[in-house]
Amino acid sequence: MPRWAAAAGRWGWRLPALLPEITFELPDNAKQRFYEDIAPGTACALEFQVITGGHYDVDCRLEDPDGKVLYKEMKTRYDNFTFTASKNGTYRFCFCNEFSTFTHKTMYFDFQVGEDPPLFPSENRVSALTQVESVSIHEALKSVTDYQTHVRLREAQGQSRAEDLNTRVAYWSVGEAFVLLVVSIGQVFLLKSFFSDKRTTTSRVGS
Amino acid sequence: MAGVGGWRLPAMVRLTLLWLAVCVACARGLYFHIGETEKRCFIEEIPDETMVIGNYRTQMWDKQKEVFLPSTPGLGMHVEVKDPDGKVVLSRQYGSEGRFTFTSHTPGDHQICLHSNSTRMALFAGGKLRVHLDIQVGEHANNYPEIAAKDKLTELQLRARQLLDQVEQIQKEQDYQRYREERFRLTSESTNQRVLWWSIAQTVILILTGIWQMRHLKSFFEAKKLV
Repeated sequence: MPRWAAAAGRWGWRLPALLPEITFELPDNAKQRFYEDIAPGTACALEFQVITGGHYDVDCRLEDPDGKVLYKEMKTRYDNFTFTASKNGTYRFCFCNEFSTFTHKTMYFDFQVGEDPPLFPSENRVSALTQVESVSIHEALKSVTDYQTHVRLREAQGQSRAEDLNTRVAYWSVGEAFVLLVVSIGQVFLLKSFFSDKRTTTSRVGS
Repeated sequence: MAGVGGWRLPAMVRLTLLWLAVCVACARGLYFHIGETEKRCFIEEIPDETMVIGNYRTQMWDKQKEVFLPSTPGLGMHVEVKDPDGKVVLSRQYGSEGRFTFTSHTPGDHQICLHSNSTRMALFAGGKLRVHLDIQVGEHANNYPEIAAKDKLTELQLRARQLLDQVEQIQKEQDYQRYREERFRLTSESTNQRVLWWSIAQTVILILTGIWQMRHLKSFFEAKKLV
Protein backbone atom coordinates (compact mmCIF):
# COMPACT_ATOMS: atom_id res chain seq x y z
CA MET A 1 0.00 0.00 0.00
CA PRO A 2 1.53 3.36 -0.90
CA ARG A 3 2.53 5.38 2.15
CA TRP A 4 0.91 8.53 0.82
CA ALA A 5 -2.46 6.80 0.69
CA ALA A 6 -2.21 5.56 4.25
CA ALA A 7 -1.24 8.98 5.52
CA ALA A 8 -3.93 10.81 3.55
CA GLY A 9 -6.55 8.31 4.63
CA ARG A 10 -5.61 8.77 8.27
CA TRP A 11 -5.97 12.51 8.10
CA GLY A 12 -9.39 12.21 6.43
CA TRP A 13 -8.10 14.21 3.52
CA ARG A 14 -10.95 15.09 1.24
CA LEU A 15 -10.84 16.55 -2.24
CA PRO A 16 -12.74 19.83 -2.45
CA ALA A 17 -15.38 19.99 -5.16
CA LEU A 18 -14.39 22.87 -7.36
CA LEU A 19 -17.61 22.55 -9.34
CA PRO A 20 -20.36 23.54 -6.96
CA GLU A 21 -23.68 23.06 -8.66
CA ILE A 22 -26.65 24.30 -6.78
CA THR A 23 -30.39 24.25 -7.44
CA PHE A 24 -32.43 26.64 -5.34
CA GLU A 25 -35.70 28.52 -5.26
CA LEU A 26 -35.68 32.21 -6.03
CA PRO A 27 -38.80 33.83 -4.53
CA ASP A 28 -40.59 36.62 -6.38
CA ASN A 29 -39.17 40.11 -5.92
CA ALA A 30 -36.00 38.64 -4.49
CA LYS A 31 -32.36 38.50 -5.36
CA GLN A 32 -29.88 35.88 -4.31
CA ARG A 33 -26.16 36.62 -4.09
CA PHE A 34 -23.30 34.18 -4.02
CA TYR A 35 -19.64 34.89 -3.39
CA GLU A 36 -16.45 33.06 -4.17
CA ASP A 37 -12.82 33.88 -3.47
CA ILE A 38 -10.79 33.27 -6.60
CA ALA A 39 -7.04 33.46 -7.17
CA PRO A 40 -5.85 35.39 -10.24
CA GLY A 41 -5.21 33.41 -13.39
CA THR A 42 -7.89 30.81 -12.67
CA ALA A 43 -10.17 29.93 -15.53
CA CYS A 44 -13.78 30.02 -14.35
CA ALA A 45 -17.12 29.21 -15.92
CA LEU A 46 -20.58 30.17 -14.74
CA GLU A 47 -23.55 28.37 -16.21
CA PHE A 48 -27.12 28.87 -15.11
CA GLN A 49 -30.59 27.84 -16.18
CA VAL A 50 -34.08 28.64 -14.98
CA ILE A 51 -35.94 25.39 -14.44
CA THR A 52 -39.47 26.36 -13.44
CA GLY A 53 -41.53 29.47 -12.92
CA GLY A 54 -43.13 32.24 -14.93
CA HIS A 55 -41.47 32.96 -18.24
CA TYR A 56 -38.39 31.00 -17.17
CA ASP A 57 -36.20 34.09 -17.17
CA VAL A 58 -33.95 35.76 -14.62
CA ASP A 59 -31.46 38.64 -14.40
CA CYS A 60 -27.87 37.65 -13.75
CA ARG A 61 -24.89 39.81 -12.87
CA LEU A 62 -21.28 38.82 -12.19
CA GLU A 63 -18.88 41.32 -10.61
CA ASP A 64 -15.18 41.20 -9.86
CA PRO A 65 -13.67 42.24 -6.49
CA ASP A 66 -13.53 45.92 -7.54
CA GLY A 67 -17.21 45.97 -8.47
CA LYS A 68 -16.63 45.97 -12.21
CA VAL A 69 -19.43 44.14 -13.97
CA LEU A 70 -17.98 41.24 -15.94
CA TYR A 71 -21.26 39.82 -17.12
CA LYS A 72 -24.77 41.18 -17.08
CA GLU A 73 -27.85 39.76 -18.76
CA MET A 74 -31.47 40.67 -18.20
CA LYS A 75 -34.32 38.20 -18.52
CA THR A 76 -32.25 35.26 -19.71
CA ARG A 77 -33.36 31.66 -19.62
CA TYR A 78 -30.01 29.99 -19.92
CA ASP A 79 -26.42 31.08 -20.40
CA ASN A 80 -22.83 30.01 -20.08
CA PHE A 81 -20.10 32.53 -19.30
CA THR A 82 -16.36 31.79 -19.09
CA PHE A 83 -13.72 34.16 -17.85
CA THR A 84 -10.24 34.17 -16.37
CA ALA A 85 -9.91 35.83 -13.01
CA SER A 86 -7.53 38.75 -13.34
CA LYS A 87 -7.72 39.99 -9.76
CA ASN A 88 -7.43 38.30 -6.42
CA GLY A 89 -10.46 38.60 -4.21
CA THR A 90 -14.14 37.94 -3.81
CA TYR A 91 -16.15 37.60 -6.99
CA ARG A 92 -19.88 38.16 -6.59
CA PHE A 93 -22.73 36.94 -8.72
CA CYS A 94 -26.34 37.69 -8.24
CA PHE A 95 -29.60 36.31 -9.61
CA CYS A 96 -32.51 38.74 -9.51
CA ASN A 97 -36.17 37.96 -9.81
CA GLU A 98 -37.32 41.45 -8.91
CA PHE A 99 -39.28 42.00 -12.10
CA SER A 100 -41.58 39.11 -11.21
CA THR A 101 -44.53 39.96 -9.01
CA PHE A 102 -45.84 36.57 -8.03
CA THR A 103 -43.91 33.76 -9.64
CA HIS A 104 -41.07 32.23 -7.71
CA LYS A 105 -38.54 30.42 -9.79
CA THR A 106 -36.35 27.37 -9.41
CA MET A 107 -32.85 27.95 -10.69
CA TYR A 108 -29.81 25.85 -11.32
CA PHE A 109 -26.28 27.12 -11.61
CA ASP A 110 -22.83 25.68 -11.60
CA PHE A 111 -19.71 27.72 -11.07
CA GLN A 112 -16.52 25.99 -12.03
CA VAL A 113 -13.33 27.43 -10.58
CA GLY A 114 -10.07 26.12 -11.93
CA GLU A 115 -9.30 22.56 -12.88
CA ASP A 116 -10.16 19.45 -10.91
CA PRO A 117 -7.49 18.56 -8.37
CA PRO A 118 -5.41 15.49 -9.21
CA LEU A 119 -6.46 12.24 -7.64
CA PHE A 120 -2.97 11.53 -6.38
CA PRO A 121 -0.54 13.89 -4.68
CA SER A 122 2.33 12.89 -6.91
CA GLU A 123 0.94 12.82 -10.40
CA ASN A 124 4.38 12.60 -12.00
CA ARG A 125 4.72 9.00 -10.84
CA VAL A 126 1.93 7.96 -13.16
CA SER A 127 3.06 6.17 -16.28
CA ALA A 128 2.22 7.36 -19.78
CA LEU A 129 -0.50 4.72 -20.16
CA THR A 130 -2.56 5.74 -17.15
CA GLN A 131 -1.99 9.41 -17.81
CA VAL A 132 -3.43 9.36 -21.30
CA GLU A 133 -6.06 6.67 -21.11
CA SER A 134 -7.47 7.11 -17.65
CA VAL A 135 -7.42 10.91 -17.72
CA SER A 136 -9.08 11.12 -21.13
CA ILE A 137 -11.68 8.49 -20.18
CA HIS A 138 -12.30 10.47 -17.00
CA GLU A 139 -12.75 13.67 -19.00
CA ALA A 140 -15.08 11.92 -21.47
CA LEU A 141 -17.20 10.55 -18.63
CA LYS A 142 -17.32 13.99 -17.07
CA SER A 143 -18.72 15.41 -20.28
CA VAL A 144 -21.29 12.57 -20.38
CA THR A 145 -22.37 13.53 -16.86
CA ASP A 146 -22.55 17.14 -18.00
CA TYR A 147 -24.86 16.24 -20.90
CA GLN A 148 -27.00 14.19 -18.56
CA THR A 149 -27.38 17.21 -16.29
CA HIS A 150 -28.50 19.32 -19.24
CA VAL A 151 -31.04 16.71 -20.30
CA ARG A 152 -32.30 16.45 -16.74
CA LEU A 153 -32.80 20.21 -16.46
CA ARG A 154 -34.65 20.45 -19.78
CA GLU A 155 -36.80 17.49 -18.80
CA ALA A 156 -37.61 19.17 -15.48
CA GLN A 157 -38.80 22.21 -17.41
CA GLY A 158 -40.92 20.05 -19.70
CA GLN A 159 -42.39 18.14 -16.76
CA SER A 160 -43.33 21.31 -14.92
CA ARG A 161 -45.10 22.69 -18.01
CA ALA A 162 -46.91 19.39 -18.57
CA GLU A 163 -48.13 19.32 -14.98
CA ASP A 164 -49.27 22.95 -15.24
CA LEU A 165 -51.20 22.12 -18.39
CA ASN A 166 -52.78 19.10 -16.72
CA THR A 167 -54.09 21.05 -13.72
CA ARG A 168 -55.19 23.96 -15.89
CA VAL A 169 -57.22 21.65 -18.14
CA ALA A 170 -58.94 20.15 -15.07
CA TYR A 171 -59.82 23.50 -13.47
CA TRP A 172 -60.86 25.08 -16.75
CA SER A 173 -63.12 22.17 -17.69
CA VAL A 174 -64.89 22.08 -14.34
CA GLY A 175 -65.20 25.86 -14.33
CA GLU A 176 -66.56 25.98 -17.85
CA ALA A 177 -69.13 23.23 -17.21
CA PHE A 178 -70.31 25.11 -14.13
CA VAL A 179 -70.54 28.42 -15.99
CA LEU A 180 -72.44 26.69 -18.81
CA LEU A 181 -75.05 25.31 -16.43
CA VAL A 182 -75.43 28.57 -14.53
CA VAL A 183 -75.80 30.62 -17.71
CA SER A 184 -78.29 28.23 -19.33
CA ILE A 185 -80.52 28.02 -16.27
CA GLY A 186 -80.13 31.73 -15.60
CA GLN A 187 -81.13 32.64 -19.15
CA VAL A 188 -84.37 30.70 -18.88
CA PHE A 189 -85.39 32.25 -15.58
CA LEU A 190 -84.46 35.73 -16.75
CA LEU A 191 -86.56 35.28 -19.86
CA LYS A 192 -89.44 34.02 -17.76
CA SER A 193 -89.18 37.08 -15.54
CA PHE A 194 -89.56 39.38 -18.60
CA PHE A 195 -92.81 37.75 -19.59
CA SER A 196 -94.43 37.52 -16.18
CA ASP A 197 -94.58 41.33 -15.70
CA LYS A 198 -95.77 42.37 -19.14
CA ARG A 199 -98.45 39.71 -19.28
CA THR A 200 -101.36 41.97 -20.08
CA THR A 201 -99.61 43.97 -22.84
CA THR A 202 -98.24 40.87 -24.62
CA SER A 203 -101.53 39.02 -24.57
CA ARG A 204 -103.24 42.03 -26.21
CA VAL A 205 -100.57 42.05 -28.92
CA GLY A 206 -100.89 38.29 -29.38
CA SER A 207 -104.68 38.12 -29.81
CA MET B 1 8.72 17.78 -6.85
CA ALA B 2 12.51 18.00 -7.08
CA GLY B 3 14.23 20.96 -5.52
CA VAL B 4 17.55 22.57 -6.42
CA GLY B 5 20.40 20.18 -7.06
CA GLY B 6 18.08 17.14 -7.25
CA TRP B 7 17.22 17.23 -3.51
CA ARG B 8 13.67 15.97 -3.00
CA LEU B 9 11.51 16.81 -0.03
CA PRO B 10 10.53 13.86 2.11
CA ALA B 11 7.18 12.34 1.13
CA MET B 12 5.53 13.37 4.39
CA VAL B 13 6.54 17.02 3.96
CA ARG B 14 5.26 16.99 0.37
CA LEU B 15 1.99 15.54 1.54
CA THR B 16 1.68 18.09 4.34
CA LEU B 17 2.25 20.96 1.93
CA LEU B 18 -0.28 19.56 -0.48
CA TRP B 19 -2.79 19.01 2.30
CA LEU B 20 -2.36 22.60 3.47
CA ALA B 21 -2.85 23.83 -0.09
CA VAL B 22 -5.98 21.73 -0.36
CA CYS B 23 -7.27 23.10 2.95
CA VAL B 24 -6.72 26.64 1.70
CA ALA B 25 -8.59 25.69 -1.44
CA CYS B 26 -11.35 24.27 0.76
CA ALA B 27 -11.64 27.61 2.54
CA ARG B 28 -12.15 29.28 -0.82
CA GLY B 29 -15.49 27.60 -1.48
CA LEU B 30 -18.76 29.17 -2.54
CA TYR B 31 -20.50 31.15 0.18
CA PHE B 32 -23.61 33.26 0.73
CA HIS B 33 -25.22 35.32 3.48
CA ILE B 34 -28.36 34.57 5.41
CA GLY B 35 -30.22 36.39 8.16
CA GLU B 36 -30.48 35.04 11.66
CA THR B 37 -33.89 33.40 11.33
CA GLU B 38 -33.79 32.94 7.58
CA LYS B 39 -34.09 29.49 6.09
CA ARG B 40 -32.23 28.72 2.89
CA CYS B 41 -33.21 25.66 0.88
CA PHE B 42 -31.44 23.88 -1.92
CA ILE B 43 -32.76 21.22 -4.21
CA GLU B 44 -30.84 18.20 -5.37
CA GLU B 45 -32.44 16.16 -8.10
CA ILE B 46 -30.79 12.79 -7.74
CA PRO B 47 -31.36 9.20 -8.81
CA ASP B 48 -31.96 6.27 -6.48
CA GLU B 49 -29.32 5.03 -4.01
CA THR B 50 -27.08 8.05 -4.40
CA MET B 51 -25.02 9.36 -1.53
CA VAL B 52 -24.94 13.10 -0.90
CA ILE B 53 -22.42 14.73 1.41
CA GLY B 54 -22.73 18.37 2.43
CA ASN B 55 -20.00 20.35 4.14
CA TYR B 56 -20.70 23.76 5.58
CA ARG B 57 -18.92 26.35 7.65
CA THR B 58 -20.57 29.39 9.19
CA GLN B 59 -19.12 32.70 10.26
CA MET B 60 -20.94 35.34 12.22
CA TRP B 61 -20.91 39.04 11.42
CA ASP B 62 -19.40 41.15 14.17
CA LYS B 63 -21.16 44.53 14.16
CA GLN B 64 -18.49 46.36 16.15
CA LYS B 65 -15.50 45.22 14.13
CA GLU B 66 -17.57 45.08 10.90
CA VAL B 67 -15.91 41.83 9.93
CA PHE B 68 -16.85 38.19 9.84
CA LEU B 69 -15.42 36.31 12.80
CA PRO B 70 -13.29 33.33 11.74
CA SER B 71 -15.14 30.86 13.95
CA THR B 72 -17.94 31.18 16.46
CA PRO B 73 -18.40 28.40 18.99
CA GLY B 74 -21.97 27.97 20.13
CA LEU B 75 -23.41 28.82 16.75
CA GLY B 76 -25.71 26.07 15.55
CA MET B 77 -27.22 25.20 12.22
CA HIS B 78 -30.24 22.99 11.76
CA VAL B 79 -30.15 20.85 8.66
CA GLU B 80 -33.34 19.29 7.33
CA VAL B 81 -33.51 17.03 4.29
CA LYS B 82 -36.81 16.01 2.69
CA ASP B 83 -37.28 13.35 0.03
CA PRO B 84 -39.46 13.83 -3.09
CA ASP B 85 -42.56 12.62 -1.20
CA GLY B 86 -42.09 15.27 1.49
CA LYS B 87 -40.91 12.81 4.11
CA VAL B 88 -38.11 14.04 6.34
CA VAL B 89 -34.94 12.02 5.73
CA LEU B 90 -32.59 13.94 7.99
CA SER B 91 -33.32 16.55 10.61
CA ARG B 92 -30.41 17.35 12.85
CA GLN B 93 -28.71 20.17 14.60
CA TYR B 94 -25.02 20.63 13.92
CA GLY B 95 -22.39 23.05 15.18
CA SER B 96 -21.04 26.08 13.39
CA GLU B 97 -19.06 23.76 11.16
CA GLY B 98 -20.47 20.46 10.09
CA ARG B 99 -20.97 17.72 7.63
CA PHE B 100 -24.21 15.95 6.82
CA THR B 101 -24.71 12.80 4.78
CA PHE B 102 -27.74 11.04 3.42
CA THR B 103 -28.51 8.44 0.79
CA SER B 104 -31.54 8.72 -1.44
CA HIS B 105 -34.00 5.83 -1.51
CA THR B 106 -36.40 7.35 -4.02
CA PRO B 107 -35.32 9.19 -7.15
CA GLY B 108 -36.34 12.83 -7.45
CA ASP B 109 -36.09 16.27 -5.88
CA HIS B 110 -34.58 16.21 -2.43
CA GLN B 111 -34.76 19.45 -0.51
CA ILE B 112 -31.91 20.42 1.80
CA CYS B 113 -32.81 23.26 4.16
CA LEU B 114 -30.44 25.12 6.45
CA HIS B 115 -31.31 27.58 9.13
CA SER B 116 -29.65 28.91 12.20
CA ASN B 117 -31.40 28.64 15.51
CA SER B 118 -28.69 29.77 17.80
CA THR B 119 -30.03 31.67 20.81
CA ARG B 120 -26.90 33.84 20.88
CA MET B 121 -27.99 35.40 17.61
CA ALA B 122 -31.02 36.92 19.36
CA LEU B 123 -28.68 39.39 21.07
CA PHE B 124 -27.48 40.77 17.76
CA ALA B 125 -30.38 42.46 16.03
CA GLY B 126 -30.12 42.07 12.28
CA GLY B 127 -27.32 39.55 12.57
CA LYS B 128 -25.87 38.15 9.42
CA LEU B 129 -24.27 34.80 8.86
CA ARG B 130 -21.82 33.81 6.17
CA VAL B 131 -22.31 30.18 5.17
CA HIS B 132 -19.73 28.31 3.11
CA LEU B 133 -21.50 25.40 1.50
CA ASP B 134 -20.26 22.50 -0.53
CA ILE B 135 -22.59 19.69 -1.62
CA GLN B 136 -21.11 16.64 -3.30
CA VAL B 137 -23.28 14.08 -5.01
CA GLY B 138 -22.63 10.52 -6.11
CA GLU B 139 -19.07 9.62 -6.98
CA HIS B 140 -17.86 13.14 -6.06
CA ALA B 141 -18.72 12.19 -2.48
CA ASN B 142 -16.20 9.34 -2.45
CA ASN B 143 -12.98 9.86 -0.57
CA TYR B 144 -10.48 8.19 -2.88
CA PRO B 145 -7.35 8.33 -0.73
CA GLU B 146 -9.33 6.67 2.05
CA ILE B 147 -10.60 3.99 -0.33
CA ALA B 148 -7.07 3.41 -1.58
CA ALA B 149 -5.80 3.03 1.97
CA LYS B 150 -8.62 0.72 3.03
CA ASP B 151 -8.52 -1.61 0.01
CA LYS B 152 -4.79 -1.27 -0.54
CA LEU B 153 -5.04 -0.16 -4.16
CA THR B 154 -2.30 0.96 -6.49
CA GLU B 155 -2.70 4.19 -8.44
CA LEU B 156 -3.91 2.40 -11.54
CA GLN B 157 -6.46 0.45 -9.52
CA LEU B 158 -7.63 3.62 -7.82
CA ARG B 159 -8.03 5.35 -11.16
CA ALA B 160 -9.98 2.35 -12.45
CA ARG B 161 -12.16 2.45 -9.34
CA GLN B 162 -12.90 6.11 -9.93
CA LEU B 163 -13.88 5.42 -13.54
CA LEU B 164 -16.09 2.54 -12.41
CA ASP B 165 -17.83 4.81 -9.88
CA GLN B 166 -18.37 7.43 -12.54
CA VAL B 167 -19.88 4.90 -14.92
CA GLU B 168 -22.11 3.54 -12.16
CA GLN B 169 -23.39 7.03 -11.46
CA ILE B 170 -24.06 7.56 -15.17
CA GLN B 171 -26.01 4.32 -15.20
CA LYS B 172 -28.10 5.44 -12.22
CA GLU B 173 -28.80 8.73 -13.92
CA GLN B 174 -29.94 6.90 -17.06
CA ASP B 175 -32.32 4.78 -14.98
CA TYR B 176 -33.65 7.94 -13.40
CA GLN B 177 -34.07 9.36 -16.89
CA ARG B 178 -36.24 6.39 -17.81
CA TYR B 179 -38.35 6.91 -14.70
CA ARG B 180 -38.73 10.62 -15.51
CA GLU B 181 -39.73 9.90 -19.09
CA GLU B 182 -42.41 7.50 -17.88
CA ARG B 183 -43.70 10.09 -15.43
CA PHE B 184 -43.84 12.67 -18.21
CA ARG B 185 -45.67 10.25 -20.45
CA LEU B 186 -48.24 9.56 -17.70
CA THR B 187 -48.82 13.28 -17.20
CA SER B 188 -49.30 13.80 -20.94
CA GLU B 189 -51.64 10.82 -21.16
CA SER B 190 -53.66 12.17 -18.26
CA THR B 191 -53.97 15.58 -19.94
CA ASN B 192 -55.01 13.88 -23.15
CA GLN B 193 -57.69 11.84 -21.40
CA ARG B 194 -58.96 14.85 -19.49
CA VAL B 195 -59.26 16.97 -22.62
CA LEU B 196 -61.11 14.15 -24.40
CA TRP B 197 -63.60 13.35 -21.64
CA TRP B 198 -64.30 16.91 -20.65
CA SER B 199 -64.95 17.91 -24.27
CA ILE B 200 -67.47 15.08 -24.57
CA ALA B 201 -68.99 15.94 -21.19
CA GLN B 202 -69.35 19.61 -22.08
CA THR B 203 -70.95 18.84 -25.42
CA VAL B 204 -73.42 16.55 -23.65
CA ILE B 205 -74.17 19.21 -21.03
CA LEU B 206 -74.67 21.77 -23.78
CA ILE B 207 -77.11 19.55 -25.70
CA LEU B 208 -79.01 18.55 -22.56
CA THR B 209 -79.35 22.10 -21.28
CA GLY B 210 -80.43 23.22 -24.76
CA ILE B 211 -83.17 20.57 -24.83
CA TRP B 212 -84.23 21.43 -21.29
CA GLN B 213 -84.34 25.15 -22.14
CA MET B 214 -86.56 24.61 -25.17
CA ARG B 215 -88.95 22.28 -23.35
CA HIS B 216 -89.18 24.50 -20.32
CA LEU B 217 -89.78 27.63 -22.34
CA LYS B 218 -92.31 25.87 -24.59
CA SER B 219 -94.34 24.72 -21.57
CA PHE B 220 -94.00 28.17 -20.04
CA PHE B 221 -95.27 29.95 -23.15
CA GLU B 222 -98.07 27.42 -23.59
CA ALA B 223 -99.12 28.08 -20.01
CA LYS B 224 -99.13 31.81 -20.73
CA LYS B 225 -101.12 31.18 -23.92
CA LEU B 226 -98.50 32.90 -26.10
CA VAL B 227 -97.82 29.92 -28.35
